[in-house]
Amino acid sequence: MYAYDELDRTIVNERVSEFRDQVARRLSGELTEEEFKPLRLMNGVYLQLHAYMLRIAIPYGTLSSEQLRRLAHVARKYDRGYGHFTTRQNIQFHWIKLADLPEAMADLAEVGIHGMQTSGNCTRNVTADQWAGVVPGEIEDPRIWAEIIRQYSTLHPEFSFLPRKFKFAIMASEQDRAAIKVHDIGLRIYRNDAGEVGFEVMVGGGLGRTPFLAKTINEFVSHRDILSYVESILRVYNQYGRRDNIYKARIKILVHELGIERFKQEVEEEWHHVRDGVLALEASEIEEIRSRFKYPKYETLPELPDELRKAAQNPNFEAWHKNSVAPHKVPGYAIVTLSLKPVGGTPGDASAKQMEQIADLAEKYSFGEIRVGHEQNLALPHVAKRDLPALWRALDHAGVATPNVNLVSDIISCPGLDYCSLANARSIPIAQEITRRFANLETANLIGKLHVNISGCINACGHHHVGHIGILGVEKNGEEFYQITIGGRADEKARLGDLIGPAVPYDQVADVVEDIVEAYLALRQRPDELFIDTVKRLGVEPFRERVYATR
Amino acid sequence: MTSPLEQKKIKISGPSVVTANRTSDGIVIWRTRDGWSGKITDAAIVKTADEARKLLAEAIADDVGAVGAYIAPVEIGDAGSIAPGNLREHIRAEGVTFPLRLSA
Repeated sequence: MYAYDELDRTIVNERVSEFRDQVARRLSGELTEEEFKPLRLMNGVYLQLHAYMLRIAIPYGTLSSEQLRRLAHVARKYDRGYGHFTTRQNIQFHWIKLADLPEAMADLAEVGIHGMQTSGNCTRNVTADQWAGVVPGEIEDPRIWAEIIRQYSTLHPEFSFLPRKFKFAIMASEQDRAAIKVHDIGLRIYRNDAGEVGFEVMVGGGLGRTPFLAKTINEFVSHRDILSYVESILRVYNQYGRRDNIYKARIKILVHELGIERFKQEVEEEWHHVRDGVLALEASEIEEIRSRFKYPKYETLPELPDELRKAAQNPNFEAWHKNSVAPHKVPGYAIVTLSLKPVGGTPGDASAKQMEQIADLAEKYSFGEIRVGHEQNLALPHVAKRDLPALWRALDHAGVATPNVNLVSDIISCPGLDYCSLANARSIPIAQEITRRFANLETANLIGKLHVNISGCINACGHHHVGHIGILGVEKNGEEFYQITIGGRADEKARLGDLIGPAVPYDQVADVVEDIVEAYLALRQRPDELFIDTVKRLGVEPFRERVYATR
Repeated sequence: MTSPLEQKKIKISGPSVVTANRTSDGIVIWRTRDGWSGKITDAAIVKTADEARKLLAEAIADDVGAVGAYIAPVEIGDAGSIAPGNLREHIRAEGVTFPLRLSA
């Protein structure tokens, strides 16, 4: 966990005081909605279909049990008893009252969490690998760099009114769990041939109306230079990014229109001026941040304790263990993913009671730490393997042990038209129906790894472009229709999916997904050829034929 | 559903109402002849663009009470009942389309 200092606490508390005053002035009529809207957005307060929505940042996906318990408190006291974890390591409360917001924010501020950088045309919540600091083979903990960029970007006066929002994601492993290539800036920490650790800097990724994968702008930027380099990118974007057309305002459009070489020239010209200035990071400054990340005092434990050996006799435990438990860098420990994707449930939702149960379990079994992944699941990052059987029973009791992580029912979904004022079509009921069709875990395991992503509009909060199967809700003559893509992926081999044909109506979407899966099972060369590999080998055509033959 | 946020011109093709969210708590409200109501059945019905423009202007003038007023279609039943005219408005009037099963 990162330990906030007095400066962080002061910033958060001052923001709460400011917002309390702003809300009072809005409710009294002293501020018009036009004046108030940019102020509320700077604190993550949106207006949706039914109510205000409060979006809270969970920087780099790390939460303490105390923070999760406080989120549960806010869900229960000010909302309707649940929260929704998003695809950007945030949590949203969908039913909150404006008049209650200052109190809710004050309650959250007591444990160091807030809604800054979750809205507006600023640098948004910096995301990272949810397994940061614990996964084997990691070059270094990427959260150190996410935290440095968070501190650098929070309330940055030059970059508080960018042409559009700006998102960073950071990884330090070969496997990409943070979807870095679909971010405005993606940073990949690696060791170069000379043995130095630094960053591959990627720029101009993003989904939405005009999807692009990020392009590498610099193969290797050192620790010392990374802040000045990203500042140079932000300056070029701030100067040349379009402000006349919201649909062309993201940096991805600028990079695309200038071309990466020309964009790089502009950035490096700027970098030439700022590289050796105040943003050059001294090793001591990096160490200062590094020292604020406290790691647990791990015990020396056996890799295969008796408790685990005995529990392996239980097929239900073994199914969960095989699916939801990942290796840890410390022998005798494991990383446990908690599925927020029960059959028929809303992807990413957790009740206040579940949050409290998970907070309790984190204290008992994971040194009080919880992680939030962009796949809308949670993780306990430091679980002793001997505790896995007891933890499994407790997670099962809490309803977060469905062994479907990375399977077809582990669906990423935006809230869609059921909540969102921008949406054209519903997402959640589509996700729920698909999970019911694939409720049989034996079948889901037979299918293997398959990511289904659903967005209720072209803004693509459900990352449909990079789903193995992507589903995009659109409107046609007042009716909900859905475009289906296949072959997308958000990992280190990221690519955008290909459209398989005309959009299908609401009540046919789950049938289409079943058809695609059946086609895959018939077409795969071996049981271990993943869906995504079959699509890569054969292309869209055989799937298109199967889906549209009878439609 | 085309988002009403994109509603620029006032053009109505049938009976319509003006709807918004209440400033203090965000709940869905409908413009009546003399204020706001939390029930669509109380809404003032307009049938021409001029009537709609006038009702919308009154709604927007109440910046303290309501946020984001816009014109939405409704369906009038044979007995005069008022129902939302599209899915988006049904969801706003009736809530999400799936059971909220999580227990707090």
